[in-house]
Amino acid sequence: MVMLEVKDLAVNYGVINAVKGVSFNIHEGEIVSLIGANGAGKTTILKTISGLLKPVAGAITYEGNEIQKQKAPKIVAAGISQVPEGRHIFPGMSVRENLQMGAFLQNNRSEIESSFETVYSRFPVLKERINQDAATLSGGEQQMLAMGRALMSKPKLLLLDEPSMGLAPIFINEIFDIVKTIKEQGTTVLLIEQNAKKALSIADRGYVLASGQVKMTGTGQELLANKDVQKAYLGG
Amino acid sequence: MTTVFQQLINGLSLGSIYALLALGYTMVYGIIKLINFAHGDIYMLGAFWGYYTINFWHFNFIFALLSAMVVCAAAGVVIEYFAYRPLRHAPRITALITAIGVSYFLENGMSYLYGADTRNFPQVIKQVNYDLWGVRVSNIQILILVTACLLMVLLQLIIKKTKMGRAMRAVSVDPDAAELVGININRTISFTFALGSSMAGAAGVLIGLYYNSIDPLMGMTPGIKAFVAAVVGGIGSVPGASLGGFLIGLLETAVQSLGFSAYKDAAVYLVLIIILLVLPAGIFGKNVKEKV
Repeated sequence: MVMLEVKDLAVNYGVINAVKGVSFNIHEGEIVSLIGANGAGKTTILKTISGLLKPVAGAITYEGNEIQKQKAPKIVAAGISQVPEGRHIFPGMSVRENLQMGAFLQNNRSEIESSFETVYSRFPVLKERINQDAATLSGGEQQMLAMGRALMSKPKLLLLDEPSMGLAPIFINEIFDIVKTIKEQGTTVLLIEQNAKKALSIADRGYVLASGQVKMTGTGQELLANKDVQKAYLGG
Repeated sequence: MTTVFQQLINGLSLGSIYALLALGYTMVYGIIKLINFAHGDIYMLGAFWGYYTINFWHFNFIFALLSAMVVCAAAGVVIEYFAYRPLRHAPRITALITAIGVSYFLENGMSYLYGADTRNFPQVIKQVNYDLWGVRVSNIQILILVTACLLMVLLQLIIKKTKMGRAMRAVSVDPDAAELVGININRTISFTFALGSSMAGAAGVLIGLYYNSIDPLMGMTPGIKAFVAAVVGGIGSVPGASLGGFLIGLLETAVQSLGFSAYKDAAVYLVLIIILLVLPAGIFGKNVKEKV
């Protein structure tokens, strides 16, 4: 079943036409990866899905409803949650408060508590640091906090923007393992990565973007095996 | 020694008024990076609301105070909606100049509608002076200090413990991330203006009671001093604004009691200059580093 359908999406970022007519879709239960170089328009697409940017043309259909005109809080409420590039945790707030912010739209206390438990069991390190200022966490821990915060809203679709950026290799593997587990437990994932090799190895399907357009598509394995993709994004 | 304690009491009463005002500056700056120069005029509106309701509707003190807070909160929200919201994505200087415009609008609007003359604030509570080991303390001073401290504690609880308070903090550190967890940015900004303006309204009623005279331009100087207090404490920091307010109040009374009454305002600005040179981020301010 198609969960999210992006059709002929065009978005301007300031005066730049960052996205020029991109179409792709995500089926329920998949990991779909968008790969491409810096400036290909990946982050712009994600920000448009989550409502931070408005498209100049095209449509985004989520579970049968067009959402491209809706504001970010409405989209979170509908079940789409984004982990932004650069993590964007709230400094000056404790780990627990950061997670609590993720459940901002939930009002049921027992449900929020159960979300806390789920997140702590997935990221045990966060439980150890519960009262620590989030700004004092390491990069990898901050990435886990940002993911945990996004999961607090119990999303059906999780948007991940460059989760491995700036992390030590040991954390990178851990993060990708977690993404796989998140999918196995029933959350659909849209993954944006510059680390194309890693991303495609866990993705069911992938789309290759260049200068604001989709250049190629296929399953993760197909793209990994493709000569052009290898040359351009996988270091030969 | 008694003089020192006497001035301490006077300074704390005055300082608590500045602290209440400084909170509004610091919260609004924290969330939209705007120095709301019309904030002092909200305090004037609060004083006038107290004046009219006590004189004509015979409100008692508590009622006058609470209703002034509600009315000023509404005024703050309306001003933000019409004057600042349309400029949300404009350069900061545009909003700053607009704030000065709003300030003139309120000052001259009130002068035009109700006259520019100074009037006596009704003495809704009869002043009683107590003599404590030679230090003269009035019941009004105690009332001001207690009310201001209660309001500050309440504000701190709202910011630390409530959902809207957390939303305020989240929006002030990272508006995009706040939006991504489902926070309505506009509503949070309105809430911030409401909170800050209600503190200013309370300060207006308290100062009326203390100095016993109000006029449409009464907000200018205290407004600027409260702004200085917020900068001294570290703009954007709530505890800093309270501390800065008390410091400025104490400084002013100290300068006055040393016989330099004419220079009390100059002393406040001198402190501003020194703070900006020595501790540019203020006492509790954080030096914000650009992160890549």
